[in-house]
Amino acid sequence: MDFTLKIWRQKDAGSKGSFNTYSVKDISSDMSFLEMLDELNEDLIKDGESPVHFDHDCREGICGTCSMYINGRAHGPQKAITTCQLHMRSFKDGDTITIEPWRAKPFPVIRDLVVDRSAFDRIIQAGGYVSVSTGGVPDANEIPIPTSIANEAMDAASCIGCGACVAACKNASAMLFVSAKVSHLALLPQGKVEATSRAENMIAQMDKEGFGLCTNTGACSAECPKEISLTHIARMNREYFNAKQTSNNIPDKEEVHEG
Amino acid sequence: MSWLTDALKSSLGRKLIMAITGLFLILFLMGHVLGNLLLFKPDGGQAFNEYARFMTTTPVIQVLSYVTYLSIIIHAIYSILITRKNKEARPIGYAVNKGGENSTWSSRNMGILGTIVLIFLVIHLKSFWYEMRFGILPTVIYPGVGEFKDLYSIVAAAFTQWWYVLLYLVAMFGLGYHLAHGFESAFQTLGLNHKKYTPLIKKIGFGFAIIVPLLFASMPVVMFIQSLA
Repeated sequence: MDFTLKIWRQKDAGSKGSFNTYSVKDISSDMSFLEMLDELNEDLIKDGESPVHFDHDCREGICGTCSMYINGRAHGPQKAITTCQLHMRSFKDGDTITIEPWRAKPFPVIRDLVVDRSAFDRIIQAGGYVSVSTGGVPDANEIPIPTSIANEAMDAASCIGCGACVAACKNASAMLFVSAKVSHLALLPQGKVEATSRAENMIAQMDKEGFGLCTNTGACSAECPKEISLTHIARMNREYFNAKQTSNNIPDKEEVHEG
Repeated sequence: MSWLTDALKSSLGRKLIMAITGLFLILFLMGHVLGNLLLFKPDGGQAFNEYARFMTTTPVIQVLSYVTYLSIIIHAIYSILITRKNKEARPIGYAVNKGGENSTWSSRNMGILGTIVLIFLVIHLKSFWYEMRFGILPTVIYPGVGEFKDLYSIVAAAFTQWWYVLLYLVAMFGLGYHLAHGFESAFQTLGLNHKKYTPLIKKIGFGFAIIVPLLFASMPVVMFIQSLA
């Protein structure tokens, strides 16, 4: 298969980028999208040009590194997969494919298709710790958790932090990501202890990073490789509003003393 | 009260304000459309004129109308604040973007749809609300009931103009699509999303978004056709 690729090239965070057009020939339909880019980079290196920089790691759809906006969709045209799981048979021979980096102010482009997603790490850090007892090894099933709750928490925990939700959202909102992280712990007994401060702090950090405000379009969930549901955003909203009503985190200049 | 202002200034606080004002305006639309169906009562407008006086002089209704004005203003101002923030969150857009593959058209165009409704509101309020409250209206005497401002005649006269009717039709399309997303979106923002009742909310929202604008649109259309006869 032959393709024409329009790829965003940008030397570093400070420089202005632009699209460059490349053509790749004799691509197998069984190649993954990243393997196709590897072929292109082999050719570029042979010609003494700088290869196209893109993030990739596990290449089996679980690390969430391979961020790419392909033909107007996060991770390309297929549902519920990352770019590494996208195969060239999803395209037609002779297609022109436009490849762009995630576009969001909190995800600055570092080079070509590589963006800095450390804003997500800072949101996770803001969530803080989970209290655990440090005594002897607890018995299995000591803490009762209904299967339905365990499943729902697992659905939330399957978020790989790839950033497709932010990339696909017309508002560059991170609420699906944050809601998955808030939900995952808020559902489980172990996470309930710090639930209020976790919701407050993670959302405060999300706002501080400069992500947009969710308008419930559902684009995030539709493009999510792990199909995280919008119900988690509703749960995050409940957790946050509840935290604001009940938590003792009062942003005062003086310490509030009990007594 | 800094914890409260902080909460309301946060992203979720702003969304909450949009949802609450939006839901209140949905309640207003329900009352407004039901009351105005009196336009269709074939009594030369008596029931409608009596209703108009009731709506402008009853204290409880007056309080509700101030809440309605406030909701419209806050809903509009917050939409601007939120849109500005969202534009800042993506300074460089995509060269190719296929929003249609992952979301509905109405959900992506709430700003445009809301603007259509807002422009319509200004014209609509000037034509009837302003005239009823501050304008000099002709009066009509109903035997045994008394003298009334004849708002009905103003409405009937306005709906003899084809361009005015057309404006209403365009605005009601805008309102319908705005509600098609806004109704269920408000519940989602409040945190009300559950497999037990969300399918019902979606169905009611879909029905509301069709029936209410259709009833509103029927008023100028029917009265225009009547004026031709």
